[in-house]
Amino acid sequence: MNRRRMRGLPLGIALVVVSVVFLYPFVWLVSASFKPRGEVFDNALIPKTFTLENYVTVWQEAPMALWLLNTVLVTVLAATAVTLSSALVAWGFSYYRFRGRGVLFAFVLGSMMLPGAVTMIFLLRQFFLGVPRDYFDAARIDGAGHVGMFWRIALPLCKPALVVTFLFEAQAAWTDLMRGLIYLRDTSTFTIPRGLKSLVDAYGFGGEWHWEIIVTASVITTVPMIILFFLGQKPFVSGISTSGLKG
Amino acid sequence: MASDTAVRPARSRRSSRETAPVRPSLKRARRRNLLAALAFLSPWIVGFAVFTLWPLIYSGYLSLTDYDVINDPSFVGLDNYAQLFADPKVALALGNTLFYAVLQIPAYVIVSLVLAVLLDRAGRASGFFRTVFFLPKMTPPVAVGVLFLLLFNGQNGLVNGALGLVGIDGPAWTTDPAWVKPGLILMSLWTVGSSVIILLAALRSVPEDVLEAARLDGANGLLVTWRVTVPLISPALFFIVIINTIGALQTFDEVYTAFFGRGNTTYSNDAALFYVIYLFQQAFEFLHMGYASALAWLLFVIIMAITVSRKVVYYEGGDR
Repeated sequence: MNRRRMRGLPLGIALVVVSVVFLYPFVWLVSASFKPRGEVFDNALIPKTFTLENYVTVWQEAPMALWLLNTVLVTVLAATAVTLSSALVAWGFSYYRFRGRGVLFAFVLGSMMLPGAVTMIFLLRQFFLGVPRDYFDAARIDGAGHVGMFWRIALPLCKPALVVTFLFEAQAAWTDLMRGLIYLRDTSTFTIPRGLKSLVDAYGFGGEWHWEIIVTASVITTVPMIILFFLGQKPFVSGISTSGLKG
Repeated sequence: MASDTAVRPARSRRSSRETAPVRPSLKRARRRNLLAALAFLSPWIVGFAVFTLWPLIYSGYLSLTDYDVINDPSFVGLDNYAQLFADPKVALALGNTLFYAVLQIPAYVIVSLVLAVLLDRAGRASGFFRTVFFLPKMTPPVAVGVLFLLLFNGQNGLVNGALGLVGIDGPAWTTDPAWVKPGLILMSLWTVGSSVIILLAALRSVPEDVLEAARLDGANGLLVTWRVTVPLISPALFFIVIINTIGALQTFDEVYTAFFGRGNTTYSNDAALFYVIYLFQQAFEFLHMGYASALAWLLFVIIMAITVSRKVVYYEGGDR
């Protein structure tokens, strides 16, 4: 495995430099959120004056808690619904053989070009296809019905794929802006990205560029996704590499 | 196409079954099977009909009408489509979007490929760096838009600060119309993470003995990568190009956050008027639903033309 070994110093330096470039914006953002207004742009990594005031202000100026609650609600419901329905459909495409199946599945793949969540059907189908058919035949002989095979055998065996689906859908639902812009008019119904956009409008374009507020709200918007990623890192990475998904 | 290869094995198995003599009880079982299959597929069938097919048909109809959401749509024939070609903003938005796509996609693919090659050679440390490279992908696009305004700020942004260190006087990325799109392209490179992971998986599946043979023939490291590895992972590269093309043509969240929205009068934002942003404005700010539907159909046709013309390999190795 020659190529897998570190090829000396240049490679190491390149990796570290790229990593710094990738991580710096996060660190910068978090650090800026603890700075008073005048120092946001001083580009110092460690705030000269450390303050929690921005968080207090954001919490008071915007219904952050409510927005977070709304987003959690939307995220959980959307991710659960998509995971369950994708699993049902993927199972239908993987276990059953019927005339027109190929054409129908081509439609599923085709509609992936439009915005939406059908990508997950493909991923889950791959997993279901990987389960030996004998398992299901055995379950059938033991008296399991169609729902039983799906619920008792297929789903438990494909837990990793279900986790991947759930995580990707959760990310999509949490970060979505456009639907919020289209459907949510009342401030109290905003999700976090929609709320952040309204803060950018109010404190940025419409106000006097209170960057400390915008920066702090951005941190609050991003941190849950980072936590989600670290909780589900393995499934995320394996999900992307086995299915060619783009999150 | 790959969708065919994905189902071919099952199809051949089925046909061998069909040639066998069919007993009545088997026939009944098969019908019950079909009903069960349809029941499982019903979420997609309903979803496709309600959320894809119907909107497609309805927007097709609306694109032939004048509709402001309040009054009933009134039929205007192909007027909206004629207006598409007369509207200078359509040309502007299309031009902006194509300019962005043409520069962003190659940059994006090259950067992901370079990073994937680096990771592939990183040995045991690759797991750590993979995490680091992927992390920005988790940032909500709205926050990416905010970060763009901050990092690329002409006077005191981090990017120009870094350029200043090497003696370059950076441009006003967020306000100078000539530099807005290049800045956005650079920002988009921050979120290459998922493409890197796809390419890394593809690189890892390249058989070692093929590379060994090339090396024995006297090819050096870079030559092996360029002449052997890259052709072998071309399906994955292809996939990334297609997905990114569609993504670039639909750019919205980051740019809308950074340059548009209520109260934004400070920036001249013509340089950042992307196609979907203009579509969004027409539909939900000006309530020109008919015209917006025509805009949507034009984009739909463009995306279809690109995907079909490239004979998209959706998912190589459907049975992996």
